[in-house]
Amino acid sequence: MNDLVEVRPGVYRDSVTLMRVSRALTERPGVAVAVVAMATELNLGLARDLGFAVPSATPGDLLVAVRAGSPAELEDAAAELERQLAARAQASGTRGEAPPRTTRAAARAFDASLALVSVPGEHAFAEALDAVEAGLSVMIFSDNVPVEQEILLKDLARARGVLVMGPDCGTAVVGGAGLGFANVLRPGPVGVVAASGTGAQQVTSLLDLAGVGVSHVLGVGGRDLSAAVGGRSAVQALRALDDDPATELIVLVSKPPAPEVARAVRDLDLTTPVVAALLGPGQDDLTTAAEKVLRALGRDVPEWPSWPAPARDGAAEPGRALRGLYAGGTLCAEAALVAGAGGFTDFGDDSYTRGRAHPMIDPALRLEALRGVASGVVLMDVVLGHGADPDPSSWLAPAIRDAVARGVDVVVAVVGTDGDPQGLRAQAARLNDAGAAVFTSNAAAARHARHLAGG
Amino acid sequence: MTLSMLYGEPRVITVGAQVLGEALDRQAVPRREVDWRPPLPGASAALARVLADPRRESANATAVGRMLSARPMLTGVRPAREVLGLGAGEFFHAGPPITWERASGPMRGALTGAMLFEGLAATPEEAEERLASGAGITLDSCHHHRTVGPMAGVVSPSMWMLEVADAEHGGTAYCSLNEGLGKVLRYGAYGPEVIERLRWMGEVLGPVLAAALERCGPLDLRTLIAQALQMGDELHNRNRAATSLLVREIAPAIVEAAPDRAAEVLRFINGNDHFFLNAGMAAAKVSADAARGVPGSSLVVAMARNGTDFGIQVSGLGDRWFTGPAGVPDGLYLGGYGPDDANPDIGDSTITETAGLGGFAMAAAPAIVRFVGGEVSDAVAATTSMYEITLAEHPAYQIPGLGFRGTPAGIDVALVARTGLLPVVNTGIAGRIAGTGQVGAGLVSPPSGAFTAALDALCDA
Repeated sequence: MNDLVEVRPGVYRDSVTLMRVSRALTERPGVAVAVVAMATELNLGLARDLGFAVPSATPGDLLVAVRAGSPAELEDAAAELERQLAARAQASGTRGEAPPRTTRAAARAFDASLALVSVPGEHAFAEALDAVEAGLSVMIFSDNVPVEQEILLKDLARARGVLVMGPDCGTAVVGGAGLGFANVLRPGPVGVVAASGTGAQQVTSLLDLAGVGVSHVLGVGGRDLSAAVGGRSAVQALRALDDDPATELIVLVSKPPAPEVARAVRDLDLTTPVVAALLGPGQDDLTTAAEKVLRALGRDVPEWPSWPAPARDGAAEPGRALRGLYAGGTLCAEAALVAGAGGFTDFGDDSYTRGRAHPMIDPALRLEALRGVASGVVLMDVVLGHGADPDPSSWLAPAIRDAVARGVDVVVAVVGTDGDPQGLRAQAARLNDAGAAVFTSNAAAARHARHLAGG
Repeated sequence: MTLSMLYGEPRVITVGAQVLGEALDRQAVPRREVDWRPPLPGASAALARVLADPRRESANATAVGRMLSARPMLTGVRPAREVLGLGAGEFFHAGPPITWERASGPMRGALTGAMLFEGLAATPEEAEERLASGAGITLDSCHHHRTVGPMAGVVSPSMWMLEVADAEHGGTAYCSLNEGLGKVLRYGAYGPEVIERLRWMGEVLGPVLAAALERCGPLDLRTLIAQALQMGDELHNRNRAATSLLVREIAPAIVEAAPDRAAEVLRFINGNDHFFLNAGMAAAKVSADAARGVPGSSLVVAMARNGTDFGIQVSGLGDRWFTGPAGVPDGLYLGGYGPDDANPDIGDSTITETAGLGGFAMAAAPAIVRFVGGEVSDAVAATTSMYEITLAEHPAYQIPGLGFRGTPAGIDVALVARTGLLPVVNTGIAGRIAGTGQVGAGLVSPPSGAFTAALDALCDA
């Protein structure tokens, strides 16, 4: 076998960057498999399972394991690896002085308004604490952050007059800057406080399609409105938007909060009207919530764009299996509620993202699951915007075409706007061409899928 | 509440996934990227606990504030017997406590020389025998007695000590008198010329300096060090400017105090560019000691080596030592010596780095950049990297070449563990074999285990 296995001590790159490097190597001719990853137990095990003779290493080391068809192809892959790693190193070190090594040092040298933390969860606390201690608001994109650290950060932030967005905060828009997974939204009067990233993306994308923009979208993290965290950040974010002259109406997007938290939020006595988009049994779906916002603003509710697939024999027969393969947690929960039945998987859940990139960036697991569906109906989401996959239809459309050829009905909810770099309509058209029914409303997509499954 | 980030142009610090930073670049949002790496292996859990300690932030501010506000004054020169209460057979040494059995060549050599100097043995063999038997001999760490000593750092009762008082916080610290270069006791040499020189220092140099200081009054070392930094010293491997300034301050008083001895005393001081080192060390010691004992503080208050172990002490952890094996310096060698002749790292002079001088002030000393790689930019890189692991910038000790930025001062154990950046330490290199003396000078890295061990201890402190 033509294997290249090496450990580079002390060389660090983040998991998304390494995924891109691995993918670039896999695309070289003759390369059967390429693992370029930090040498965590998980990744070492993965390489061993692939039959590589892996030496001992620590999580601070870079693991390289490449298998090619011939020595020449292996050599070519090795050269490509050096090019890739050098390009990534250069991107971070273009300034004359050495880049800062901690958020604390960066805050000293750079007059920032906030920090965006996306290091692995067990290390996020230190960086976020640096930001708060430096008087900066912070968005913690990282998940797997212990709840006691979240509480400590939020208490400190309140004392310092700054906001902690997260942990596990997927999206935010602050002063027009999209942070994390963020759709390109027009400026406007709606302020959003969101304990749910993809929920906020759905609501704001629909508002954008209806011509209504946002002032700010402040994520607070999925646990913020739980009894343990007590809405610490939501309360601060609501007060901050209430104080913001550009915000005329506030939308609170969350799973239904713990009762005492709901009370605390209700007792805030804000002067700005608040529309709650609370996801759960007996609550409005996100599309209905967006429509409520439009009515509150005195705007018309448009027909939400959709691209139907040609009807086929055998569709909508009772008893067909429905599988939901989601990247967005809230979207997944909403679809499960609307569909009422079927097997739903949230590939963005912590248990799937430990040691690997989010499914909105790394499609591998979802793609594998889609390929494994032999019949019935598949419901998926595709979330566009900054930070997300630059061209999801490039890998999804062929897989949909294969699935449709197997007799599977595919329904896709595309969450995005016309301003998104991927282009909402172009992506939707390509998925539709491949045979999928495409919706901009996740709830509408779920209803359609339920119908196809005979429900 | 008014949240400032909602108003004005967003400017973002990004740390973590590059793809999220690049998304901001595409939106033309100004940002600064952190070159993040995982912390030292095994440090994650302890880091989370130490960083969550509610006392930490203010404790560190208090501790480093005390270190930086210290005003070291050279107040006198006195025999160790008087000021440190040393009795016959009692010796202090550099670094964490060590026994004769574990002592390296230069440490044994210096102790042997001190035995001869004190008249406790007639020959080196007899001295070694008595030291090995331990009968009537007591060894202890200088740092346990408000004292520091360069290289082996051996202090015996008859040696004369520089006395430095902190006019701000009231502490006092001591360091022996510098013997010069070549074959000297602190590098483990104990030949007749070494003992002869120590006698002269005790009989002439010490008393003359004491009398001169009585005449001219205390010398403000904080100001002197600040000036020397602006004249190209970093105060550890280069002390030429500081020594010259000291001579300028004290020479008239020496002449007045001892007209018939003044010439030989001044000639001796002038012949040794490192004469000031010991005064600078005492100044650094008294400053670092002012920062001791602040509960919850992760500030390093001492780094010291005994030739076998490298040890640190931390403000919030009392007098406990956290040690790892002393490394062999990477450096330049004198004459025919090479790396095989080098002893592992030794000496209390790392107190200069502890206080924000030495390797941390490397950018101030372009004349000695050969130690750090040859280019001035290497010296600048060495200093700027130390801002990553320090809590403050020294208000008085400034570096002209960095726009008069204060030197990086106050090492934080937690920042060392987070960044994996170890303190840059400038050092002399002692010969491995007792009696050799100095063989070179260079740079050395402390063992990371000393810092992670201190971090673990902070969890329970």
